[in-house]
Amino acid sequence: MTLLEFDAVTKVYPVRGAGHITALDDVSFTLRSGQTIGLVGQSGSGKSTIAKILTQLETPTSGEVRLDGTPIPRRGAALRAYRGQLRMVFQDPFASLNPYHSIRYHLQRPLRLDHVVPKSEEDDEVRRLLERVRLDPEVVIDRRPHELSGGQRQRVAIARALASRPRLLVADEPVSMLDVSIRLGVLNLLADLQREEGLGVLYITHDLATARHFSDEILVLNQGRVVERGPADDVILDPQHPYTQELRAASPDPDAHFASASGIDGGAL
Amino acid sequence: MNDTLLSIRDFSVVYDVDPAVQAVRNVTLELRRGEILGLAGESGCGKTTLAYGVQRLLKAPAVITNGSVVFHDASGDDIDVNALDADEMRRFRWDKISMVFQGAMNSLNPVATIGSQLEDVFEVHRPGLTRSERREAVVELLEIVKVGAQRYRSFPHELSGGMRQRVMIAMALALRPQLMVMDEPTTALDVLVQREILKQISALRHEFGFSVIFITHDLPLLLEISDRIAIMRNGEIVELDTAERIWTDPQDDYTKTLLSSFPRLTGEKGMVLR
Repeated sequence: MTLLEFDAVTKVYPVRGAGHITALDDVSFTLRSGQTIGLVGQSGSGKSTIAKILTQLETPTSGEVRLDGTPIPRRGAALRAYRGQLRMVFQDPFASLNPYHSIRYHLQRPLRLDHVVPKSEEDDEVRRLLERVRLDPEVVIDRRPHELSGGQRQRVAIARALASRPRLLVADEPVSMLDVSIRLGVLNLLADLQREEGLGVLYITHDLATARHFSDEILVLNQGRVVERGPADDVILDPQHPYTQELRAASPDPDAHFASASGIDGGAL
Repeated sequence: MNDTLLSIRDFSVVYDVDPAVQAVRNVTLELRRGEILGLAGESGCGKTTLAYGVQRLLKAPAVITNGSVVFHDASGDDIDVNALDADEMRRFRWDKISMVFQGAMNSLNPVATIGSQLEDVFEVHRPGLTRSERREAVVELLEIVKVGAQRYRSFPHELSGGMRQRVMIAMALALRPQLMVMDEPTTALDVLVQREILKQISALRHEFGFSVIFITHDLPLLLEISDRIAIMRNGEIVELDTAERIWTDPQDDYTKTLLSSFPRLTGEKGMVLR
C-alpha cells in the first residue's frame, strides 16, 4: 500500500548576494508501508532537506508530497494529525535525549501529548515500549540518559519515536555515532519493529554498507538530484552512475581490498 | 638505526575511582618505524587510554601503575618516557609524538586564523626561528596538506570539515614527528572526504617516514589503512597481527565476533535479518 509519495519536489533556497541554490531538484519516489528506502549521498546532497520537508520545517518550492494520497496539510488540526503519523530518529542519542529527565519521562510525554493511552495505562505502555526495543524496564525506567550506553540511548530514542504509533519513520544516520559492533543490533531491531508494525522507513545515511543491508530500495542523491535508484543490491553491487561508483570506491570494503591482494598503497587506497 | 620506534612493556593504567577500573592491563607492544598500527575495539576497551597513556597525557583519576615506554629516537638515543621531567616531557610531546584528536574539526580556535594557529607551534617549539621563517614553514605545511597557502588568513569556520581536518594534520606534522597518534581522525567526515584524508595520511607517511597509531572502532576502515592491527578488549590486546591475517585468519574468538559484526559493502549479506 502506498504510504508516501514525493512528486517532482523541488526546493530552492535563496542565498544572499548569490542568487539561489537548488537543494532538491525534481525528486520523486514512492514509499510503501513496510518498506525501507535508503537515501544516500554525501554532505550537502539534499538528504536532510527531504527530512525537513517531511517534518514541515520546510515547504517545497514546487511539487507535492502526499501521505495516503493527501497533500501534507499546512496548518491547524490537520497538520497536527499528520505529524502524529511521522516520527524521527536522530543521529546523536547524546543530544536528542534531555539529560534532566528520566527515561520514563521521555516515553510518557509523547503518550500524553498524542493521547495514545488513558493516563491510568501510561506506566504499562512505557514498560511495553521499553520491552519492544529490548531494554529491561526494571533496569532503565528510572535512569537518566547519561547512565545508559550509546546503544541503549538510541533504543530509547526509537521507543520514543514508536510511542505515538507512527506509520512513517525517518531515521537520519541513526547508527553512525554508535560503535560498529552494535550498529547491527540497532538496525536489526529497527527492521524487526518495521516488520511487526508495517512501518515505512526512510533511512538517511552516507554509509553504503548499512544502506545496502537495511534498505529495500536505494536512492542516490547528488546535489539535489536523484542520480541512481533501484533495489539495494543492484545499486551498491553494480552501480551505473559515475557518482555512485565514486561513493562505492571510497567506502571501506575489506572483501575487495584483500581479494585484490593489494598492499596499503595499491588498489583501493 | 633500530627498526623499532616505540617499545611498550607491561603497561597498565588504572582509573582510581570506586570501584577501581583497570583500563589497560599489561600491554606489551613494539611499534615499528614507518608502520601504521591500528588499535581497534569497542567503546571502553582501553584503546584511547593506552594511546594517551604512552605520552603521559592522562589526567587523574587515571594512574599508570606499571610498565615502561621507551622511544627509540632517530638520532640513536633511547628515551625512557617515564623518566622525563615536566619540562623535558613538554619538549618531547609534539616534537617526537604528535596527535590528531578525536573531533579535531572542532579543536581549532574559532577566533584565530589558521595561519597564526600553525605559527604558534613554531613559536613554542622552535623559538630560534624568525617571524619570516615561521611564516615560510606554515606556508609550506599548508601546501603539503593541500589546503593551499592562500588559506593562511582564513578562519576555521570558513573551511569545510575536510579542510579543517587537513589543517589539524598540518599542525601534527609541523615539527616532523616520528610518531603521529590519530584518534578517530575521520569519523565525522563523509566517505569521499574520508577517503581523501586517508590517502593523504598514507602518502605523507611515506614522504616523511613517521609511524602512525590509528585509533578507531571502524574496523572496515582500519583493515584497509593499517599495516598491523591490535584488537583490544577489556584493556588487553587479544590479538596483534598484520591486517591481512586479521582479516583472512583471525585466531581469537573476540576478533572473529568483531569481524562478523559489521555490515559488508560487497560481501555476504544476512547480518541484518530482513
